Amino acid sequence: MADLPDIAAHRLSADALRANFGDAEPPLTDAQAVVEANRCYFCYDAPCIQACPTGIDIPGFIRGIATGNVKGAALRILEENIMGGTCARACPTEILCEQACVRNAQEAKPIDIGGLQRHATDHLFDAQIQPFTRAAPTGKRVAVVGAGPAGLACAHALSRQGHEIVVYEARAKAGGLNEYGLAAYKMADEFAAREVAFILAIGGITIENNRALGRDLQLGELTTQFDAVFLGMGQAGVNALNDDAHPMDGFLPAVDFIAALRQADDKSTVPVGRRVVVIGGGNTAIDAAVQSKRLGAEDVTLVYRRGADDMSATTAEQEWAQTNDVRIKRWARPARLHATDGAVRSVEFERTKMGADGKLTGTGEFFTVDADMVLTAIGQTFVPDPVTRDANAVLELDRGRIRVDADHKTSLPNVFAGGDCVQGQDLTVSAVQHGKLAARAIDRLLRS
Amino acid sequence: MADLRTNFIGVRSPNPFWLASAPPTDKEYNVVRAFKAGWGGVVWKTLGEDPPVVNVSSRYGAMSYNGTRIAGFNNIELISDRPLHVNLQEIKAVKRAWPDRAMIVSLMVPCEEASWKKILPLVEDTECDAIELNFGCPHGMSERGMGSAVGQVPDYVEMVARWCKQFSRLPVIVKLTPNITDIRAPARAAKRGGADAVSLINTIQSICEVDLDLMAPTPTVDGQGTHGGYCGPAVKPIALRMVGDIARDPETRGIPISGIGGVSTWRDAAEFIAMGAGTVQVCTAAMHKGFRIVEDMCDGLSNWMDSKGYTSIDQFVGKAVPNYVQWEQLNLSFKTIAEINQDLCIKCGLCHVACEDTSHQSISAQNVDGVRRYEVIEEECVGCNLCAHVCPVDTCITMVTQAPTGPRRTWKEHPNNPMSPNFVGEAAE
Ligand SMILES: Cc1cc2nc3c(=O)[nH]c(=O)nc-3n(C[C@H](O)[C@H](O)[C@H](O)COP(=O)(O)OP(=O)(O)OC[C@H]3O[C@@H](n4cnc5c(N)ncnc54)[C@H](O)[C@@H]3O)c2cc1C
Ligand SMILES: Cc1cc2nc3c(=O)[nH]c(=O)nc-3n(C[C@H](O)[C@H](O)[C@H](O)COP(=O)(O)O)c2cc1C
Ligand code: SF4
Ligand code: SF4
Ligand code: SF4
Repeated sequence: MADLPDIAAHRLSADALRANFGDAEPPLTDAQAVVEANRCYFCYDAPCIQACPTGIDIPGFIRGIATGNVKGAALRILEENIMGGTCARACPTEILCEQACVRNAQEAKPIDIGGLQRHATDHLFDAQIQPFTRAAPTGKRVAVVGAGPAGLACAHALSRQGHEIVVYEARAKAGGLNEYGLAAYKMADEFAAREVAFILAIGGITIENNRALGRDLQLGELTTQFDAVFLGMGQAGVNALNDDAHPMDGFLPAVDFIAALRQADDKSTVPVGRRVVVIGGGNTAIDAAVQSKRLGAEDVTLVYRRGADDMSATTAEQEWAQTNDVRIKRWARPARLHATDGAVRSVEFERTKMGADGKLTGTGEFFTVDADMVLTAIGQTFVPDPVTRDANAVLELDRGRIRVDADHKTSLPNVFAGGDCVQGQDLTVSAVQHGKLAARAIDRLLRS
Repeated sequence: MADLRTNFIGVRSPNPFWLASAPPTDKEYNVVRAFKAGWGGVVWKTLGEDPPVVNVSSRYGAMSYNGTRIAGFNNIELISDRPLHVNLQEIKAVKRAWPDRAMIVSLMVPCEEASWKKILPLVEDTECDAIELNFGCPHGMSERGMGSAVGQVPDYVEMVARWCKQFSRLPVIVKLTPNITDIRAPARAAKRGGADAVSLINTIQSICEVDLDLMAPTPTVDGQGTHGGYCGPAVKPIALRMVGDIARDPETRGIPISGIGGVSTWRDAAEFIAMGAGTVQVCTAAMHKGFRIVEDMCDGLSNWMDSKGYTSIDQFVGKAVPNYVQWEQLNLSFKTIAEINQDLCIKCGLCHVACEDTSHQSISAQNVDGVRRYEVIEEECVGCNLCAHVCPVDTCITMVTQAPTGPRRTWKEHPNNPMSPNFVGEAAE
């Protein structure tokens, strides 16, 4: 009966899925990389460096590619950003380094910094070079909570200094959103896992999986058992639709859908609706929409309550969604979900506009979009309980996230935090920078 | 439409673009393709005595620059490795089929009168327009006492040129080697020997690169390399200077010159012609991109001539030569300083760091409300042009002529010059 919700796996052939979830942007060939590298002017006091949250010496590494010193290029990158490989794939470069490139002013075509960064780091990975060694053991021990970009960057930097690190990770695998969140076509060929292995290969870092702070261990214990603690827990919660919708089949947070997709060895086993509606205007919404399309959904509609400029997804990402045949409808907000037999069937939206008071208001006009699957991507939230519920160690918060100073120190003397669990840009690259800065401060503390 | 026809020592061609003696002119097949493509003439790949030479496998090296291929090119090939009679037959056939194109035959035989006496009539029989004496090949042949081994000894150049004039009625072009301290010496010798023209440059002795795995110069032949002859875009500045030196030398002034060395575009050709060349010859550019490049060469030259009001080539042959002077003739009172067009500036800072690190500290790096800004400190600028060369944006930095610092004064008159009548002793300026 055509009237049943249509959610199914195996919509596309194995070949089509392989292509859809392979590299969205193929790596530069050696020759392309050299040509692109030679476009870089090697600027004085280069503006791109300032625009990179981790401050990579961009002209410096690009020159290495131009001269054939690709290993040196990779080291320059990893020295500042141990996840240079993931960042090369996932950074929204159009609002970071590439936005600052002087070539924009000249010809509206910046250097492909991301592509070159990937070229260099891939070279190191492919050649299986392990460039890092540890300093003499200090006898100091640091606990890291969360094996995402922030936690692993911190752990690696501390291990280099000779400290011993134990990482407690709630999930079964390390990598954080690199493993569970970033779009599959950005992280093709198990890159997240390969990078984690590369980071751990330095030694001195033990990961304890399936160990959650607040559930299996408490912050107070960590602060006494270890010389310092770094919290890189990301944001464990998701915002719910304001309409407080009941659980129903086919209605789920986009991050859950993406995590399931990322974890499926065989993408064809992941069920997806024939008609998918994604609600939200950020990275996650775009990724959920495009990946449902690439799984074989027929119609994918992304609905956002404000205009294109208000979307936190960059222009490039919005275009990416559109070239993937995702329909983007703006100025509409969900009013009601319609279900039959406990399964979602459609979403009713109300059109919105900017009110005279500068606030978003409904226009009173409604329309309905049929849907077999509805994915919400209206924001992740930090779940503070693990750092506020243990009376022995309570952290102060700042607008709902852990409060930290410039050194990433929290309100407790030997507890540091970084990444999405503190205020900031919520990007992989920022999380890495936080971990790096915190590691420097922790190292200073441990040596003082 | 400007008239591109040339009459060079009586040899006529529809345009000044000839293919230099090299692989592109090795045989009938290539030359016919070249003429079909529109080349004005060819200098046939150098003929020698039978039995023909034998070439090695792996023959070329190249300099890539910043990802651009063949900025410079190097070869270890010898002269034609085909039997003499085959070449002669083909030359004759092609000249008959293409009477309006220049057909020059390049020659290299041992430096003995008998050898030249023997080959010249055979060449004349092909009905070619002229001969070019290859005194330039810097590798292989020179070890056998030919090529640049002759070109480096002015007396030999003169002697062989004289034999050729004596034993043949054909016009004689002497092709000069740049592997010599003063290019004017062989040019003067060629003129004394009666040569009708000179052509230059042949290739420059070179090693393009060293294969760091094989630890041998490239191109490698079974693990070893030898020096070769360098040509292509990288050699153009060297060739232009040598052409200019001959064009302005009182002893050789006026001798027709066929300019060679790195000619890749119509603009290169126009520069050679302005420096005194009557025709130009091309090798590397054709080997890199094929014969079709001649279309834009003709077209571009003609459009440029139209824009300048030149209706024929001879109107600008040698036009830059009077302005090619000795350093001591330059006006020391002339002054330019750099000017940055802030609207075009993309704030790369290259001008600043170049001037700051390596020149005169005359470009300041500022930060105005968070925006980078580079400004010339006019009092410090000496007008060296470095910033204008490093700036990646066309016309962003221009060198602006200032009021002269005084009346025109050259080194000859300068008070710092002990030889000058105005010398003021140690305390000058
Ligand atoms: C769908 C999606 C797509 C994204 N795409 C991009 C992108 O393309 N580019 C980009 O730059 N950024 C992107 N981001 C943002 C980016 O992934 C994050 O900013 C980044 O991963 C933050 O790193 P983190 O280490 O702070 O947190 P996370 O990556 O979230 O890692 C936190 C880790 O801590 C663990 N953890 C959580 N709670 C506990 C606990 N109580 N005890 C123990 N362990 C715990 C988690 O399991 C996780 O492994 C995306 C985010 C999402 C959700
Ligand atoms: C592969 C190769 C072979 C050459 N063989 C000859 C030759 O046989 N006789 C000769 O006079 N010049 C020879 N030359 C030199 C060219 O005629 C020409 O003088 C030189 O390449 C400079 O011109 P270009 O920069 O346009 O290449 C050769 C050059 C090359 C690259
Ligand atoms: S701004 Fe652009 S051109 Fe300049 S150094 Fe950075 S990448 Fe290179
Ligand atoms: S012309 Fe020379 S001295 Fe003047 S600003 Fe440029 S580099 Fe400096
Ligand atoms: S080199 Fe040119 S573009 Fe770059 S800062 Fe200087 S003037 Fe501006």
